[in-house]
Amino acid sequence: MMDKFTRHEGVAAVLLRSNVDTDAIIPSREMKRVSKEGLGEGLFAGWRYLAGAGRQKNPGFVLNQDGYQGASILLSGPNFGCGSSREHAVWALKEFGFRAVIAPGFGAIFASNCVRNGILPLVLAAGQVAKIAEWVAADPARNRVVIDLPAQQVEAAGQVYSFDIEPGARQMLVEGLDSVALTQTRWDLIQAFHERRRLSRPWLY
Amino acid sequence: MGLTLFEKLWSEHVVEAYDDGTDLVYIDRIFLHERTGSIALASLEAQGRTVFCPEQVFCSMDHIVDTYPDRTDETTMPSGKEFILATRRHSHAAGITLFDLNDPRQGIVHVVSPEQGIVQPGVSLVCPDSHTCTQGAMGALAWGIGSSEAEHALVTKTLRVLRPKTMRVRFDGRLAPGVTAKDMILHLISTHGANGARGCAVEFTGQAVAELDMEGRMTLCNMAVEFSAFTGLIAPDEKTIAFLRGRPYAPAGALWQQAADYWRTLRSSPDARYDRELVIDCASLEPQVTWGTSPQHAVGISACVPAADGLDAATAESQRQACAYIGLAPGQALAGLPIDAAFIGSCTNSRISDLRQAAAVLRGRQVAKGLRAICVPGSMQVKAQAEAEGLDQIFTAAGFEWRASGCSMCFFAGGEHFGYRERVISTTNRNFESRQGPETRTHLASPVTVAASAVRGCITDPRELLQP
Repeated sequence: MMDKFTRHEGVAAVLLRSNVDTDAIIPSREMKRVSKEGLGEGLFAGWRYLAGAGRQKNPGFVLNQDGYQGASILLSGPNFGCGSSREHAVWALKEFGFRAVIAPGFGAIFASNCVRNGILPLVLAAGQVAKIAEWVAADPARNRVVIDLPAQQVEAAGQVYSFDIEPGARQMLVEGLDSVALTQTRWDLIQAFHERRRLSRPWLY
Repeated sequence: MGLTLFEKLWSEHVVEAYDDGTDLVYIDRIFLHERTGSIALASLEAQGRTVFCPEQVFCSMDHIVDTYPDRTDETTMPSGKEFILATRRHSHAAGITLFDLNDPRQGIVHVVSPEQGIVQPGVSLVCPDSHTCTQGAMGALAWGIGSSEAEHALVTKTLRVLRPKTMRVRFDGRLAPGVTAKDMILHLISTHGANGARGCAVEFTGQAVAELDMEGRMTLCNMAVEFSAFTGLIAPDEKTIAFLRGRPYAPAGALWQQAADYWRTLRSSPDARYDRELVIDCASLEPQVTWGTSPQHAVGISACVPAADGLDAATAESQRQACAYIGLAPGQALAGLPIDAAFIGSCTNSRISDLRQAAAVLRGRQVAKGLRAICVPGSMQVKAQAEAEGLDQIFTAAGFEWRASGCSMCFFAGGEHFGYRERVISTTNRNFESRQGPETRTHLASPVTVAASAVRGCITDPRELLQP
């Protein structure tokens, strides 16, 4: 059972770059075990730590700065999570403590991986993300962002922003559903389709 | 109104449609590799779940394995062996077909699958690897997924997916000598942005696509994901059918004719409508090379690093960061830029036709002094074929390392890599920060451009070295 996502309030970290790829979110060299765990430390490793200095923190990176400690929402630019399909990017964000990413758009595989791990990929227009980011940056510890998923609303900067999400994805997140178990309720249909296909495309079997 | 190719392939596989725009889609075949497949199989075992149809599931060792000729389960990547052993153990337990380390069929998933005839026109195929779109070049519905989705597909032989929109990209005209499929796709992405096909399944059509061989078509579809496409695909034609004939998993006997008759129906209807359409003129296209840290940062090889004039603030800032990372300034020329290394390989450009094109440039020439040059064939069969043609001799005589197959230095996983801030010209698909090594500066280009640049020791227009 996945963590349910209903209403969430938290510190938002501002990382307004375009095309933040999954190699940046979790470099391949940080994926050390055949496991979904132990990845939080490698999150944004190339930016979070100084080059060639072990794990010495880069003071210029947002997650190392005062005010952003305990961040659970990430604000970023268009096409966040593009690139490699590695679900490790989502597992790393989750282990670090993130519950949602707000951006003008997402890599498709990344967004799907988020939903299957209880993380909300939330799309707002670039101007709206920029406005929230400006407000957050003024006092990140105090200017906390509120996300109400059932209502499909974000509260920030003294405003309420509505967002769209595919109903199936919303249901998965709100109810913390196991997608495999959900699909297994359709087993009779799948079996019947499988048997029909064996007859119609016999060269595949 | 008729259907597009994509709509035909999709509706062929819908088990159940839902009113939120998602469909439960039947998956014919699944491919795994040791990097992400190992986790999916281990997770299934931990949950006590089993693979529904193991005879339709395949796995190759490609991401972690070393590419040295005498490789073993030990890897230069720390803990890489753990991935290899876990994949072997779980593959055997699940009863799926594994192309293991010493199997003569081993290689990069997206090279092996077409080579073995596992991907065919009309099949749905998924793999926990973003470059699965490569296989859409065979007229298949093939796309990349995450590990959790792979678990779902392995257990239920389905995935619930939001039905993508449709896009057609028509490549008009004929490519000039020295200009390749890699240049077509880099130009498309740079023209319309790395976000250009968000939410779309992209069908590639037009004269330039029809004239590509199957391997060029795979290169084109390979980078559809760098264009944010759900997948790329190309309608099967007589080239596709000829390519498949006699391959190990292709239909044989009476079934061959039945399959080929079906494959010939897989094309978009003349009156089909697409949600979006783009046209690219190939007649004036020159070889492309990237200057920055996104595949959209590509320009013609005679161009300079673009200025940020007229860009919105966010894009201008991204461009500034890319310049700072790559160590170049707006207005600087790409041609003539000194390089430290050259890499030929990856699921984008490691097939026999890629190696033949590069070898045509390298024949009788040497790579520049002090330059590190590596060629990694995409599969052991590609390697064997290249050796039968004597291409390995050309590469090694020129000063290239000649490797066993795998993903190799397309990405840095903690093992072998290019050096700190080294400048590399590469036939791979991603020029992301630190992708090929710590702060390594990657310039993406075609095999001929990489070969020509290796010879000169600087970024070079391959047409200067090609025979007229």
